Amino acid sequence: MTQVLTDRVAPAGEPDFGQPRPRPDAEIAQGRISVTDRIFRGTLRASGIFVLIIMSMVGLFLTFRALEALKVAGVSFLTTAEWDPDAGAGHFGIAAVLLGTVLVALVAIFFAFPLSLGTALYISEYAPIRIKRTLTSLVDLMAAVPSIVFGIWGFYLLQYQVLGVSRWLTTYMGWFPPFRVDSFDPDDPLSTTTVFTSSTFIAGIVVALMVTPIATSIMREVFTQAPPGEREGAYALGATKWGMIRSVVLPFGRGGIIGGTMLGLGRALGETIAVYLILSPLFEIQPHILQNGGSTVSALIALRYGEATNFGGSALFAAGLSLFILTLIINFAAGAVVARSRSGAGAEA
Amino acid sequence: MSLIESEHFVDVTTPSLEVPEPQPALPTAPARKTTVVGYDINRPPAQRRRVSSVRPNDVLQLVGAAIGALAFTVILFQFVAPFDGPIGFVLIAYVVFIAMYSLVVFQDEDVTTVRDRLVQVVVTSLATVLLGALLYVVSYIMIKGFEALLHTNFYTEDMSDTGPLDPLTQGGIIHAIAGTFIMITIALIIVIPLGIATAVFLNELPNRFSRFVRIVVEAMTALPSIIAGLFIYASLILLLGFDKSGLAAALAISVMMLPIIIRAADVVIRLVPGNLKEASYALGSSQLRTVWHITLPTARSGLMTAIILGTARGIGETSPVLLTAGFTASLNLNPTSGPMISLPLAAFNFIKNDAPNQQARGFATATVLLALVLILFVIARMIGGRGPGVLSNRQRRRAAAQSRRDATRFQNHTGSTHRAVSTPSPSVTSPDGHPEGGTTS
Repeated sequence: MTQVLTDRVAPAGEPDFGQPRPRPDAEIAQGRISVTDRIFRGTLRASGIFVLIIMSMVGLFLTFRALEALKVAGVSFLTTAEWDPDAGAGHFGIAAVLLGTVLVALVAIFFAFPLSLGTALYISEYAPIRIKRTLTSLVDLMAAVPSIVFGIWGFYLLQYQVLGVSRWLTTYMGWFPPFRVDSFDPDDPLSTTTVFTSSTFIAGIVVALMVTPIATSIMREVFTQAPPGEREGAYALGATKWGMIRSVVLPFGRGGIIGGTMLGLGRALGETIAVYLILSPLFEIQPHILQNGGSTVSALIALRYGEATNFGGSALFAAGLSLFILTLIINFAAGAVVARSRSGAGAEA
Repeated sequence: MSLIESEHFVDVTTPSLEVPEPQPALPTAPARKTTVVGYDINRPPAQRRRVSSVRPNDVLQLVGAAIGALAFTVILFQFVAPFDGPIGFVLIAYVVFIAMYSLVVFQDEDVTTVRDRLVQVVVTSLATVLLGALLYVVSYIMIKGFEALLHTNFYTEDMSDTGPLDPLTQGGIIHAIAGTFIMITIALIIVIPLGIATAVFLNELPNRFSRFVRIVVEAMTALPSIIAGLFIYASLILLLGFDKSGLAAALAISVMMLPIIIRAADVVIRLVPGNLKEASYALGSSQLRTVWHITLPTARSGLMTAIILGTARGIGETSPVLLTAGFTASLNLNPTSGPMISLPLAAFNFIKNDAPNQQARGFATATVLLALVLILFVIARMIGGRGPGVLSNRQRRRAAAQSRRDATRFQNHTGSTHRAVSTPSPSVTSPDGHPEGGTTS
């Protein structure tokens, strides 16, 4: 195919400058572009349209399949906690699972935010130059570690080590409602720690390890783009390293910090397998994060899709749709924040 | 050389004309007032100046505070406190360490320095925690999976004749390994051309529509993977009536990988230097030839990295496969019919079982998966990591050889045409003086 193209000669008097041109479409209309390029552009445009169609079909199919259940449930879909779609309207809703999803994501971000901020600052500011690239690769590698691996680790190992921390938290901080645990009496020496297993807290810690690399790489990228002139200026004014970071790197990277955290939040909301392994399913509103039991939208889908009837399936699609909308909103917002921070960099990326 | 001579000339001539001694040791008038300090014989020999940023005192402060914190926490745990567990120990030791360290530094330095040091210690320990956690996770899975990995049957048999209670000398995960390879191959066949074409589209035809596509793709990169599975489940399995199969799982993985690869490829292609493309257009090549011969080869290493990292993500995802592939314990090589299983899904199913041998198989399966991802990652780092257009040594030699061949070819070519066309007219001569070959051929 390329052989044919080598023989193509631009028509005399009409040199083919190709791209970049301000308005490709107008030029095609005027016939100033060769046939092969027209076919080529058509192919590119077709693939773009195809990708757009696939992506919008994801949303359309979810909505289409969810409508049946949404029509029956109405507003009660948002307010009901239990999940028994075959019992009819008022017996299934996303109040509990959506709260669970948000709680797991919040716990994850609580741990992931300082971890990723610290790691990003370390890699961009403190690490010796020799190991900088290795560290960046390790963080990227961590993003590629399959979630099932983190899930197994959390389920078998982390869970039992966190129990002591959970008990301490509820004993001394139990006045704070999320840390309260029903049926646990700190004064009773015989009380068992099994109430602390399979909790939102443990699931959140595991999810935190999964979202930290994503947030870290975005923050690191923004931090390394902080203008060297202003860094030197801060040092020249006698700033310590921390003074320089606080007055140059952090203000400059604010968009990256916020955007990276929000992208991490988006990932945390959708995490399935690790949460499914760790959290023991419970379909009631459960704001006590240290206590056994809870549920998230994605874990609900993974748990119930197999046994669902036609209507039950529709209800699951409705739950999936709510998760889809939630993550889309957060991703759009995060993308806008990151893009704005980049445009302020003055660096043409 | 001439510069130094002229300086010498300017500096020295005036005094040397007045004073008969032509000594260059007296460059300017004020220099004569300089008092030279005599060499003190009792002075200690000069010390080599330390240029290292680490002072021994800093290290001692750190080590001292660490030992103090450790000792304090041991006493706390042994005699005083209602705490237990290794995590509690580490947490308390860390808090004590921070307090002690700031006190120790405060003995020598001012508050600003103390703050600086504290931030450095906290930031470093946060990075250590993250990388330590990575190491901890990976090593834990590998150690627990080691036992089952020692049996060769683990790689050559499937689980069709093996029950959960059978020993590890029976059964294996060949069905999951084959399934993963089949699924990821199908997914890559779909995703690579589509993804790269779309990334080229976003860069080559910048208009309002392509910007919209880019926004949608970026928003979809964080699409929950279970939603991708749910989409294929709703469309292919429920609506079109296909059975759960490897193909359905591959499609679900494709939907998940597509935005990731488009976005990564988009970033890489955007970094291709514009002057390379403009040079190509200036030589009269079309858009297709410029993309095919300039843009894509220049971005090749970055594109490979994008694809390999996307593959690693696709291999490791469980939830889309969970919804679309079904479950089987036997080897199935046909992606279009019958259930098929992948490595993460197999690990998930093994782990859910209570039998110890089944769990050992689960850890071993996760180890195989992890090893696969690690290998892919190392390959990606070896290929990639270079900027667009930056060549490895071998590539540079190859390009230089090609360039020499081209030069001789051009020389022969223009030599022959020179004889045919008597003299090139000045209007088609480029600024270098080389006649333009394209018009004559």
